[in-house]
Amino acid sequence: MPAAIDDHAFTHYLCIGCPLGCRLEVEEGTEHDIIEIRGFACQKGKEFAEREHTDPRRMLATTVGIEGARWPRLPVKTRTEIPKDLVLDLCRSLREVTARAPVRLGEVVVANALDTGVDIVATRDMPEA
Amino acid sequence: MISARVSQLRSAYPLVVVGAGPAGMAAALGATEAGSAPVLMIDREPEPGGILNQCIHTGFGLHHFKEELTGPEYAQRYLESLLEHDIDISTDSDVVDVDRERRVTLMSPDHGVRTISAGAVLLCMGARERTRGAIRIPGTRPAGVMTAGTAQKLVNLLGYLPGRRAVILGSGDIGLIMARRLTLEGVEVCGVFEIMPHPNGLSRNIVQCLHDFDIPLHLSTTVVEIHGSDRVERVTVAPVDEETWPCLDKAWDIACDTLLVSIGLIPENELSLTLGLRIDPLTQGPEVDSTMHTSREGVFAAGNVVHIHDIVDYVSQEALLAGRSAAAFVSRRMPPADNIRLLPGDNVAYCVPQTISTDREHTIYLRVRHPLEESLLRLGDVYERKLRYVVPGEMVSLKLRPGVLDRFHGDALRIDILPREED
Ligand SMILES: Cc1cc2nc3c(=O)[nH]c(=O)nc-3n(C[C@H](O)[C@H](O)[C@H](O)COP(=O)(O)OP(=O)(O)OC[C@H]3O[C@@H](n4cnc5c(N)ncnc54)[C@H](O)[C@@H]3O)c2cc1C
Ligand code: SF4
Repeated sequence: MPAAIDDHAFTHYLCIGCPLGCRLEVEEGTEHDIIEIRGFACQKGKEFAEREHTDPRRMLATTVGIEGARWPRLPVKTRTEIPKDLVLDLCRSLREVTARAPVRLGEVVVANALDTGVDIVATRDMPEA
Repeated sequence: MISARVSQLRSAYPLVVVGAGPAGMAAALGATEAGSAPVLMIDREPEPGGILNQCIHTGFGLHHFKEELTGPEYAQRYLESLLEHDIDISTDSDVVDVDRERRVTLMSPDHGVRTISAGAVLLCMGARERTRGAIRIPGTRPAGVMTAGTAQKLVNLLGYLPGRRAVILGSGDIGLIMARRLTLEGVEVCGVFEIMPHPNGLSRNIVQCLHDFDIPLHLSTTVVEIHGSDRVERVTVAPVDEETWPCLDKAWDIACDTLLVSIGLIPENELSLTLGLRIDPLTQGPEVDSTMHTSREGVFAAGNVVHIHDIVDYVSQEALLAGRSAAAFVSRRMPPADNIRLLPGDNVAYCVPQTISTDREHTIYLRVRHPLEESLLRLGDVYERKLRYVVPGEMVSLKLRPGVLDRFHGDALRIDILPREED
């Protein structure tokens, strides 16, 4: 670890890009500009640190109700990451949704969820029971 | 999920796979690709996929499919490639016996009790969760105490919430994943309690499942008593000393109606025991050689039944090898036997396979006992590799090229993971 330069801020993140869990460090200058990112073992980690520092995002995986299938729940996910702050709200709104079998993997269950521009898609086939 | 049920079972198959989780599917794929067909894959659940069907979170397949999938997606992708091959799948079928002549007996509503002869058997039964009984928490026996995996099945497949206010004992991945899952479903998670001084799950799960939702993680702390007559009303937790003895004078109570126990998995080895397989006390799974062959001729094993994996891609990799080896066994093309035994040394909890040979490439999986920052993996005096952080929750995998062992003439190699001075 370098000795802290007085006016620079160091923030630490654990990379969630893959199970290796690299420990990342973002060095920020006085103007909140990123000076250097350290600790990543691959490019993805560097991008993650940058994103996490400026606009943290997450995937949401949850379930919605489904009628006429073997199981009463259908697993779904956001097609891409959404802002971290919206995760709980989105999950809450999905509790009201019920799909109808059959559903195919990748099928859109809710389009443009919470106006994020991100679709909610099924993560498995769910044939009629 | 595609349910591929067979209406007619043959009386004999070159290969029978017990368990249709990621290990079973990869083993079946490896075997058919190596020219052994037809393969019969048997599972007691209504559909293939194993534990993946209830693991609806993302985090699977980064190595294998080069993208981050949910459990059900990983299972379905794998199954689709499998179904292009000559393979019969019998679901809702419980394998009750495998004997030494490799006769597999199953019980199912469709087929009744049937015994099938197999050229080779692949054991891919996965693991089961340790329960409260395994750690003897004192107190009453109210409803609301369950394993994290049971809660996962309730919430993700059956659509029930286990309670309103939960405490989680154990920081393994299933516990962490369930802390987030319950929070997302509106259950209040009061905290995760871990008896060890370090978390047990993957660090990415600590971040995504706990930090993201401000769920506290109490290390070196455990649940010492459960209270409640019909339903859990509260639990008492206490910090522990270095010998993991609870300090009861520092105990406190937490009101909750649910206690999830996530204290690890144990290989599911009832069948392995009836078969009389040699079990490694360190992994609690069958001992395997570098082809994933067990101590009984023609019986192979892969996946969580051999040792507990945290990453499904490694399960698939290991099981593909087991499948290919089983196919080689059936066509009598097995490579020469291993000539080196691996000995877990300093800070190595176990390694798999337990033996290797000097003439082939190997992937060795191992787990450390204690976390270390900068460390050095040493294989006898023939090989060294620098490692960054090692933690018990994350398996270390080591690829060995045959050349490495050229100058080694002994019959046992010790593996150590040693601290390294920062350079
Ligand atoms: C909660 C949880 C979260 C995880 N998260 C991740 C993650 O984010 N990323 C990742 O890469 N990995 C993750 N893993 C790890 C990975 O999913 C497992 O290691 C993997 O599923 C193990 O595969 P398996 O085939 O050995 O066992 P299983 O998936 O358990 O399959 C075993 C199958 O055998 C069947 N069976 C057992 N006995 C019999 C019998 N006698 N007769 C018939 N059938 C039988 C069972 O029904 C089951 O279907 C997670 C695991 C868990 C439990
Ligand atoms: S930096 Fe790369 S290797 Fe390290 S955890 Fe992130 S994605 Fe994985």
